[in-house]
Amino acid sequence: MIHFVLLISRQGKVRLTKWYSPYSQKERTKVIRELSGLILTRGPKLCNFVEWRGLRVVYKRYASLYFCMCIDEDDNELEILEIIHHYVEVLDRYFGSVCELDLIYNFHKAYFILDELLLAGELQESGKKTVARLVSAQDSLVETAKEQASSISNIIAQATK
Amino acid sequence: MAMHGMRGLAIFISDVRNCQNKELERLRVDKELGNIRNRFKKEKGLTPYAKKKYVWKMLYIYMLGYDVDFGHMEAVSLISAPKYPEKQVGYIVTSCLLNENHDFLRLAINTVRNDIIGRNETSQCLALTLVGNIGGREFAESLAPDVQKLILSSSCRPLVRKKAALCLLRLFRKSPDVVNVDGWADRMAQLLDERDLGVLTASMSLLVSLVSNNHEAYWTCLPKCVKILERLARNQDVPQEYTYYGIPSPWLQVKTMRALQYFPTIEDPNSRRTLFEVLQHILMGTDVVKNVNKNNASHAVLFEALALVMHLDAEKEMLSQCVALLGKFIAVREPNIRYLGLENMARMLIVTDVQEIIKRHQAQIITSLKDPDISICRRALDLLYGMCDVTNAKDIVEELLQYLSSADFTMLEELSLKAAILAEKFAPDLSWYVDVILQLIEKAGDFISDDIWFRVVQFVTNNDDLQTYAAAKAKEYLDKPAVHEKMVKVCAYILGEYSHLLARRPGCTPKEIFSIIHEKLPTVRTTTIPILLSAYAKILIHTQPPDQVLRNQIWAVFTKYESCIDAEIQQRAVEYFALSRKGAALMDILAEMPKFPERQSSLIKKAEDAEGGTAEQSAIKLRAQQQPSNALVVTNQHPANRAPPPVSVGQLSLVKAPSMDDTEDHSIERAPSQENVNISKVDPQAPSADLLSDLLGPLAIEGPPGAAVQYEHNATPGLDSGPDASAIVPVAEETNTIQPIVNIAERFRALCFKDSGILYEDPYIQIGIKAEWRAHHGRLALFLGNKNTSPLISVQALILPPAHLKMELSSVPDTIPPRAQVQFPLEVVNLQPSRDVAVLDFSYKFGTNKVNIKLHLPALLNKFLQPISVSTEEFFPQWRSLAGPPLKLQEVVRGLRPMALTEMENLLHSFGLMISQGLDPNPNNLVASTIFCSEKTHGMLCLVRIETDPADRTQLRMTLASGDPTLTFELKEFIKEQLVSITTVTPAPPAAPPTPQILSSDPAALLAGLLS
Repeated sequence: MIHFVLLISRQGKVRLTKWYSPYSQKERTKVIRELSGLILTRGPKLCNFVEWRGLRVVYKRYASLYFCMCIDEDDNELEILEIIHHYVEVLDRYFGSVCELDLIYNFHKAYFILDELLLAGELQESGKKTVARLVSAQDSLVETAKEQASSISNIIAQATK
Repeated sequence: MAMHGMRGLAIFISDVRNCQNKELERLRVDKELGNIRNRFKKEKGLTPYAKKKYVWKMLYIYMLGYDVDFGHMEAVSLISAPKYPEKQVGYIVTSCLLNENHDFLRLAINTVRNDIIGRNETSQCLALTLVGNIGGREFAESLAPDVQKLILSSSCRPLVRKKAALCLLRLFRKSPDVVNVDGWADRMAQLLDERDLGVLTASMSLLVSLVSNNHEAYWTCLPKCVKILERLARNQDVPQEYTYYGIPSPWLQVKTMRALQYFPTIEDPNSRRTLFEVLQHILMGTDVVKNVNKNNASHAVLFEALALVMHLDAEKEMLSQCVALLGKFIAVREPNIRYLGLENMARMLIVTDVQEIIKRHQAQIITSLKDPDISICRRALDLLYGMCDVTNAKDIVEELLQYLSSADFTMLEELSLKAAILAEKFAPDLSWYVDVILQLIEKAGDFISDDIWFRVVQFVTNNDDLQTYAAAKAKEYLDKPAVHEKMVKVCAYILGEYSHLLARRPGCTPKEIFSIIHEKLPTVRTTTIPILLSAYAKILIHTQPPDQVLRNQIWAVFTKYESCIDAEIQQRAVEYFALSRKGAALMDILAEMPKFPERQSSLIKKAEDAEGGTAEQSAIKLRAQQQPSNALVVTNQHPANRAPPPVSVGQLSLVKAPSMDDTEDHSIERAPSQENVNISKVDPQAPSADLLSDLLGPLAIEGPPGAAVQYEHNATPGLDSGPDASAIVPVAEETNTIQPIVNIAERFRALCFKDSGILYEDPYIQIGIKAEWRAHHGRLALFLGNKNTSPLISVQALILPPAHLKMELSSVPDTIPPRAQVQFPLEVVNLQPSRDVAVLDFSYKFGTNKVNIKLHLPALLNKFLQPISVSTEEFFPQWRSLAGPPLKLQEVVRGLRPMALTEMENLLHSFGLMISQGLDPNPNNLVASTIFCSEKTHGMLCLVRIETDPADRTQLRMTLASGDPTLTFELKEFIKEQLVSITTVTPAPPAAPPTPQILSSDPAALLAGLLS
């Protein structure tokens, strides 16, 4: 299973963290610090796996951003590597050629999408279109609520005039 | 794409991004946290929108790595918000901020449950996601049934059902009881018929977890898994949406094959055939393509297929296909594939028959060991470690040593540990092993754990033929200009113990050795200095004849450290100084360390522990057994089974000498530096010394030869032999011109009742013995000490065992060097009861004098007795059941030296009999019991009753009973002999024959009648 997902920038800034195994706040900070040191220093053309505390971290760099997923030693590393790519493709489709800045300002979106992709540390949905459909459905729900809210506040505003 | 902005959040994020440095960022974040805290506290009527915004900010701040220790309540409370946008935020932020152990989560259980059982699909999804990501035990117990219903519900859409399936997986992981196997197995099988691939993928993950726990219950799922795999891999029958770079859902394929690996075998021939066809298809049909994602995905499937083939232990043909593939993979440039190739090859090692094929790739694997990628190095190292055996150990270990100089810093510890273990396990010869470890210490001293160098010391100590070599090597290394501190430790230790073996070589005089070691003293830390001091003390004692200059040099060092602030150094300095001033009298304390008891290498043990109970481990063990080389040569000192009776030993009681049977003292887990300090155990108040001290003691003493024995007198009170005792013990042959300086008969008698002491001594040699007895086994160690400054030659020792004893003597060296003590073990097995005595035929030559001695060995019947206490309830039924001869024998013994009852008790006790007080109501009678051990009788209970006559103490009546007639007879005779033999100074006057009347006049006549 995937124990956690980290998105870290080349400068070591954390862009997203998702923990499927229970780590305390303190441990989380420590894990991020350790893994940043381990992964960001790795040169290009090396393999995408790092051994860490008896676990494996599968990572892949996209532009300035490192996507990392931590799994058990006997899990299938390549499968996880392609889950990362699958996530990136879905993000790309959603944002339209995604860049780090998109993820910084819309980090909540990145969470929504991840929650449609992974659950309980396992892959939940491998259909890109399905994920896109679900995320946009959520978006429209939020929009509708907003419109309703503003229409109600209009009514109230008018009524109290 | 609908981007609904939250202006405040975006502004905050920009602000943080614009901070020039970490300090400013912290200020901005603190300000925001203060703001959020105030808002949460003061404004009760916070709009849902505002609340949502602040909660997002909190998550952002949290993500940046700042502590957010408030506001959890607000996040959790949003979960119960009526509108979707707030609810969604509440769920997501809660599942990011909290983990399953947070108390706040409990507050949400009810709301979450309401959302799950409610009719609103979006709320269901949010709730399932939260539970699936951070649900703990409590969630499992209260929500599992609801979640199970959702998975199977026909009215639910796939988006809910797949979430429910993974949610149940989480709950099952937290609390396996929540899934009722009986009810669920069929439904699980049903779920595998699902056409929606999203739901099927989620269900397959659930199945993997369930079968890993209990494969038997889910056997109906097995053929379905094979079908699914066939559909995907062979028929490629999946919707376009679920193909990934042209590959039908690689994830589902991988998971399906993972699930199949939890079933031990596939019995159904159809399924098996289909599966093998599919696997064959995957193995053969996977090509390397340009597109990296396609490549990864197809190889993810391929590696899983390999794992499944290995698990199924398929036909040889298929396995060799796998090995061939792996051989290809470890040679490719693509690092991921190479990494996985190495890893899987190491897993492959557990399959028999492929090891030889894997060995062919050794050169390729070594190339990977030197890869710049540390992940790949690790895999290569692991594989080399796993594939190492006697045939390739030398090559592999030498590669590892070479690699040490260029290896990544973080690899060094593991690398050196593995090299050390392999060197130990597969060493073709011991000097090679010493070379390897010394090289390891030289190249990676910082990463060598103490275990590793302790082990070398242990090997060197236990192998006499290695000591000279090791000492020479140690000198060589210490000669180098910059030496690692660990090297100083190990070399100083070895030189301290064995540098005298080099004495004749150029540059190896004690003085030179001392100065080589002493040169390093200013460079080492305080923890090393004690080892150096011990080495100095040992060099000093080994220097014969004494060298005044060296002595003064060393004494100067001791004096210098006498006031050292470090207690350990100070104590050693003071004690060594005092000891060496005392002259030879106490110097044997500094004799060579005794051999270490054989034990499993702590290194190998560590490695095995780390490996856990896998098949890999057994493979390693198996190979460890096969390897013919380097058996540890040790003396096998088991702790004595029964404690030897305490003996007070005159002068030597001042010092506790190194105890041989105290295995604790020599545990390799402890530093030799500590073992070395036996001297620091000097305890002026100690009332009794270790038994060995009298053994080791006299050898080094310069005094007159006779001095050695004087304190042996009265060692066993009440057993002083009379002049006629020599009748039992034939002494040295008349022809010898050299006469013993101890009373051999007396020595023998004393040793009959204790386990260590001197057996023989003349002006040239002293023979000591130390014995340990355990049931019908005995282990004797004979110590031959040359008391002279010239060697004893033509040394020969022959054991003439009686029929009832099996004795094996290890070979005795032909020569005993001057002033040296050699030790050789003697294994004894007691086959059956007998009073016969073993004889040691010993001869040596000193100058022109040839000495031949025949000595009785104190391996008597009583050595195989183990006192046991028997209660009244146990005694009488036994006594009664052994009725009459030949199992029960009675004899009246007369002409004894009168002795008090307590004296008699002590005597019986010293034979190994346990007196049962009060069992016989007549205070003049003694009842005793013991267990006799021999191969024939095993442990057999013997009961003894001795009736004495208070009127005439020169006679008594003995009754003996045991389950074996020979035993009864032999034991009776033995006790009788012993009683008679101590009949010393005053020969008993002829006594009146004891008549039954004597006994029947007893008040306990009734009991006596019963007893006899």
